[in-house]
Amino acid sequence: MSTIIAASRAAATRVLPETPALRVDNVSHFYGARMALKDVSLTAPQAWFTALLGLNGAGKTTLFSLITRLYDTRAGAIQVQGYAVHRYPGEALRRLGVVFQARTLDLDLTVMDNLLYHAALHGMRRGEARARAQEVLVEIGLADRARDPARNLSGGQMRRVEIARALLHRPSLLVLDEPTAGLDIASKSAILRHVRLLVQERGVAVFWATHLLDEIEASDHVVVLHKGQVLAEGEAARIIAQSEAPDLRGAFTVLTEGAGT
Amino acid sequence: MSQALATRQRGFSLAQYLICLRGITWREALRFVHQRERFLSALVRPLVWLFIFAAGFRQILGVSIIPPYETYVLYEVYVTPGLIAMIQLFNGMQSSLSMVYDREMGNMRMLLVSPFPRWFLLVSKLLASTAVSILQVYAFLLIAYFWGVQAPTQGYATVLPALVLVGLMLGALGMLLSSLIKQLENFAGVMNFVIFPMFFASSALYPLWLVQQSSPVVYDTCLLNPFTYGVELIRFALYAEVDWTSLAVVGVMTAIFLAGALIAYDPARGLLARRGGG
Repeated sequence: MSTIIAASRAAATRVLPETPALRVDNVSHFYGARMALKDVSLTAPQAWFTALLGLNGAGKTTLFSLITRLYDTRAGAIQVQGYAVHRYPGEALRRLGVVFQARTLDLDLTVMDNLLYHAALHGMRRGEARARAQEVLVEIGLADRARDPARNLSGGQMRRVEIARALLHRPSLLVLDEPTAGLDIASKSAILRHVRLLVQERGVAVFWATHLLDEIEASDHVVVLHKGQVLAEGEAARIIAQSEAPDLRGAFTVLTEGAGT
Repeated sequence: MSQALATRQRGFSLAQYLICLRGITWREALRFVHQRERFLSALVRPLVWLFIFAAGFRQILGVSIIPPYETYVLYEVYVTPGLIAMIQLFNGMQSSLSMVYDREMGNMRMLLVSPFPRWFLLVSKLLASTAVSILQVYAFLLIAYFWGVQAPTQGYATVLPALVLVGLMLGALGMLLSSLIKQLENFAGVMNFVIFPMFFASSALYPLWLVQQSSPVVYDTCLLNPFTYGVELIRFALYAEVDWTSLAVVGVMTAIFLAGALIAYDPARGLLARRGGG
């Protein structure tokens, strides 16, 4: 079994250099007659921080639901580390760590039990899962809270546990849907710092959805999503330069006003 | 997809499937243990029926000799299989409620984004819920035993496969219903339209020949109710017998409810995709 898990890790981290961590091609999605996404195409490079920037209702959560295969794409295609989510969901999802916008910890269970449950959902053996859970809890500074019920944690601590849980099976792409929503300033910056370290030190690709411009740095890969459509994609500094705005806020305003707000 | 990637794809081993199943069952059991009031109410409900309702109706409802009974039986004895099925019915609906709650709270998403096949995850959840219901049933049977309601000794073992099958049928029905319910608030109405009609329009509380004498329409309704067959399957199994008609109906209905639930939660065809739930 340990051979299987070792092979799983190797497979999860071994990717072709030219393959983006995430690739979305011409994806459209409708809820009944209402259009949520229209012909969306984007990529998230390997070992890079990609920010999906959009206002509330832009279609970010729908895109997350499609990437994580809560439901299938009906038009277009999505690939995670080269695996089409629709065709090879198992291979794609095992390479993906997910943090949803809504809190998804089971509040009745302890922090450790939440992590072990997630590990089981990825087929990790109990011993390996427990060791790995201890490891990630130490990393986020919550090792002493392992036996506490999840409901006793603060909002920021819950979010950190969710991020730790998403990393438990060692994914090579971490997707986070507005992970700092509802957190105080200190918790926000701690989480952002932690995730950026994952990119720099471990080469994890991060796909971070947000509507907060101050979470984005000039070197980040940015995708601007507005009313279900991609308005711009590229390095933040380049998007600012192309829109001839003084900063990203200005560039975002130019882009969205140009598209009609 | 490139050839290089295609050659790298692999599934999960049988051991990993079992780990996943055990994890889902373990979580379901932990939740049940943590919610002590749920365990108590699951036991109190049928016990109230057994201790009070059955005592009151003992003199009113006569039960003649009908299979699998070989002699006249007390009403408490007759009603016990119905109460067992009631435990499983409530557990199935509780599980459904829990799925709607999990969906609203977001926990459900963590299950659905597991790399294991969606059908396997849902069947695992169903098995876990059935296992919890069986624990409740045996706790009830233990209390009923000391109350004087005793089945043949081998019946306590032979009823187990029937409990598994009925638990799966009612759990699958609950799962299907959970996919149709958009919000937690809508759940109470559905419970009223499902639990009470299913329970009362069945052979759980009174033998069908008695129903037929008083109302042919209700009798026909009882015959159309899959819960009736669940009750009868349990009743016969408690006496180490098989009611083949009930077995067939319960088997077919389990397959239908499960297929419906799998379609409803299918990422490509399911209702969630159309309305944005999950």
